[in-house]
Amino acid sequence: MSAIENVSRRRFIAGGVVATGALVLGVRYYPKLSSRDKLPHDTNADHATLHPSVYLGIDPDGTVWIVASRSEMGTTSRTTLPLVVADELDADWKRVRIEQAIGDKRYGDQNTDGSHSIRSYYDAMRDAGATARFMLIQAAAQEWGVPAAECETDLHVVVHRSTNRKAGYGELTKAAAKLPVPKTEELKLKPKSAWRYIGKGEVSCDLEGLVTGKAIYGMDSRANGMVYASVERPPVLGGKVKSYDDREALKVAGVRQIVPIDPFQAAPGFQPLGGIAVIADNTWAAFQGRKKLNISWDNGVNESYNSDQYKTELRETSHSPCKVVRNIGDTDAVFAKAGEKVHEADYYVPLLAHAAMEPLVALAEFKDGKATLWAPTQNPQAAQDIVSKELGIPKEDVICNVTLLGGGFGRKSKPDYVAEAAVLSKKTGRPVKAVWTREDDIKFDYYNAVASMYMKAALGPHGKPTAWLQRSVFPPIPSIFDVNAVYGDPGHLQQGWTDIPYDLPNLRVENGPAKAHVRIGWLRSVANIYHAFAIQCFTDELARAAGRDPLDYLLDLIGTPRTIDFTGVQYPNYGASMAAYPWETGRLRHVTEMVAEKSAWGKRKHGKGTGVGIAAHRSFLTYVATVVEVEVNDQGEVRIPRVDTVLDAGLVVNPEATRAQFEGAAVFGTSVVRSGEITATKGAINQSNFQDYPVARITEVPYQTNVHIVESNAPPAGVGEPGVPPFVAALCNAIFAATGKRVRDLPISKLGLS
Amino acid sequence: MVQLKVNGAEQSFNGEPEMPLLWYLRDILGLTGSKFGCGVGLCGACTVHVNGQATRSCVTLMRDTAGKEVTTIEGLEKNGLHPVQKAWMQINVPQCGYCQVGQIMQAAAFLNTKKKPTDHEIDDAMSGNICRCGTYQRIRAAIKAAAEEMA
Repeated sequence: MSAIENVSRRRFIAGGVVATGALVLGVRYYPKLSSRDKLPHDTNADHATLHPSVYLGIDPDGTVWIVASRSEMGTTSRTTLPLVVADELDADWKRVRIEQAIGDKRYGDQNTDGSHSIRSYYDAMRDAGATARFMLIQAAAQEWGVPAAECETDLHVVVHRSTNRKAGYGELTKAAAKLPVPKTEELKLKPKSAWRYIGKGEVSCDLEGLVTGKAIYGMDSRANGMVYASVERPPVLGGKVKSYDDREALKVAGVRQIVPIDPFQAAPGFQPLGGIAVIADNTWAAFQGRKKLNISWDNGVNESYNSDQYKTELRETSHSPCKVVRNIGDTDAVFAKAGEKVHEADYYVPLLAHAAMEPLVALAEFKDGKATLWAPTQNPQAAQDIVSKELGIPKEDVICNVTLLGGGFGRKSKPDYVAEAAVLSKKTGRPVKAVWTREDDIKFDYYNAVASMYMKAALGPHGKPTAWLQRSVFPPIPSIFDVNAVYGDPGHLQQGWTDIPYDLPNLRVENGPAKAHVRIGWLRSVANIYHAFAIQCFTDELARAAGRDPLDYLLDLIGTPRTIDFTGVQYPNYGASMAAYPWETGRLRHVTEMVAEKSAWGKRKHGKGTGVGIAAHRSFLTYVATVVEVEVNDQGEVRIPRVDTVLDAGLVVNPEATRAQFEGAAVFGTSVVRSGEITATKGAINQSNFQDYPVARITEVPYQTNVHIVESNAPPAGVGEPGVPPFVAALCNAIFAATGKRVRDLPISKLGLS
Repeated sequence: MVQLKVNGAEQSFNGEPEMPLLWYLRDILGLTGSKFGCGVGLCGACTVHVNGQATRSCVTLMRDTAGKEVTTIEGLEKNGLHPVQKAWMQINVPQCGYCQVGQIMQAAAFLNTKKKPTDHEIDDAMSGNICRCGTYQRIRAAIKAAAEEMA
């Protein structure tokens, strides 16, 4: 019935699994499925007449079904990956129908995180399209009695030019479906010159739905008999309910019942946090009932956590030798001799919350021993896993439907909120939509780690570092799975830290221990935010100390084009092979030179209170350099008139969507710099909504962000995240240029620029 | 009992008069185009028109809607797309799109009062609407395009 084979033979698997644990396995079903029972949820592609891949099916009317197995949260990957299939198939985009996959391991890894959808699935998508095109050509050749080699495809048709024959894809499906699925080695991919869509792009297939309100997000999901839940969770991580009184809550009109949820068993992972749920007839009633709950908490050990004190502890740790994660030469020997020509600085970035516009929400229905979920999730298979554990049912009995996401930024790859809804459905015997308030969303996040970085350099001729030491200290992401994890793991130390790209004779990179007291998780760009901030701003400091132009100095440190040698360093390279994705300083240099040219660096006049800053950084395998221009008035108000950013992400499938990602990254970075800060007092998060966790508004963001894409034939790399880190550093460097005030602690709202 | 018009149709509401309009629209009428973002009028995702004025439905109580005409994205344009929606598509504004309904409703009401807005006026009018994906420069461009279309 079905043959299983690994459809991921190529480059992207060569380096092993990616950081998120991706293993690209696909199942090829052929011939068409005859038993619906085999699958938890089948697609139109599965049932199409010609179905050579899990991602693709073609019907006799010419409709091409393409399965989007990744989640759509605004990056347009739901459109861009099918576009690759359509290109290789030579399909008419207007006849393509995109279907959203449920969570199902037959699609391989679905965790839409780490900016790797295109990178990891580009080859698989091309294979899917090429396989179908091969079979359609074979079918036409057989019918016409001509060699397949003489046939080719044009838009949605197979043609035999010498006899002037032509057959549409739809009419060929039945004959093609009788043919064997070709081996990958038999496939001939289209040459670049014949690409229809790759490199040109297409707008989101959801665009009209997004502007008409018809698009369905997790928040908009409905099921028959559905009730609504709002949960009061322990204010401190690991806290428990001591006692509660629900009498007043039950008097609220529309409140149906009160349901306790068990606290998690350490470590938290993706388990629900526990607490008391109010079940009601509508969202508002659930919110109101919750306000009337009277709960007494046992806060547990994390009650000792205070952000001010924690900052001091991180900084102290960073001032003593820590674990060495990369070393070149002997920095200590140089520092011992350097005397007064040593420059030191501490950098600090606080906890950051994701604050996607759609607060967390999930709808779950537990019925007859099986769970069905509708969730705005970046990671449906992780949702299946945790729900199966929480409910004690097999993973196969958990169906996770993926809705559109109202933003994700990494938060929605952690399915605690989905598990919470599932637990409540089991307890109430009804479909439950568990709606998080904005306050819940901010107070119960998996925060981007608070980080302190200590930087030290000895300066030689022309102010060039003869030795460079950098220490970062932050509570690591693995702490959500192991409460004793205190050191950064290679997957996060690689993010702009162990891979400092400078040509330095003596370098030591260290990481110090920090215990987590809140849930730490990945947020757009993750550790690259604080690492790039420290390195790129410290570089600017050194340039100024040497009286040199920051651009010239940065290029001097990047040095001549070379491939970084990571011998002896744990460097996962974002899960990609070093052979396919080497760390090439020449590409970083190129984007830096190009952004200088595009921004007319050094050629524009900057008056009082204005200035420009530059930074360059590689993350998620993409090289980016950014120049930010600021104006700071006498009141200390910062305006950002212009941003230029140049990216080299290898082959870019969808340039328009890529530009949008980098425009958005500048806005996301603006929020980080202006106001991004989460703090805790006695273990409880102080912020609650946009009044105390402000995110950038139209009046505060760059007026114009110009995005320039380097033409490249290198394999595709990430575009969702790489724009943020260099923007943050470049903005802070621009503020120094404009004001003479060095930003070492974020956010700048505490700096006092007036 | 609260009687109001939603997208031209008469409605009567018998529930809690303190319920915000947003939850009435979403949970009771099933009009889910208007979004929940903050619940306190800080983000603009829930923006609808009440008697033609851009209004945060998450902080507008049902009892205050009596006799009013409410327009949501579902009723913004009876035939096809509103010029603002067309401009949003033409400029390819949305990323995740969650805030965009609120942005569009805000922009549509604004352009009814302002024919040729300056950048400053646009920013001022739109400063209550948050977009976390960061589509602001396209929002500004789309409003200008829509203003020309509507002129």
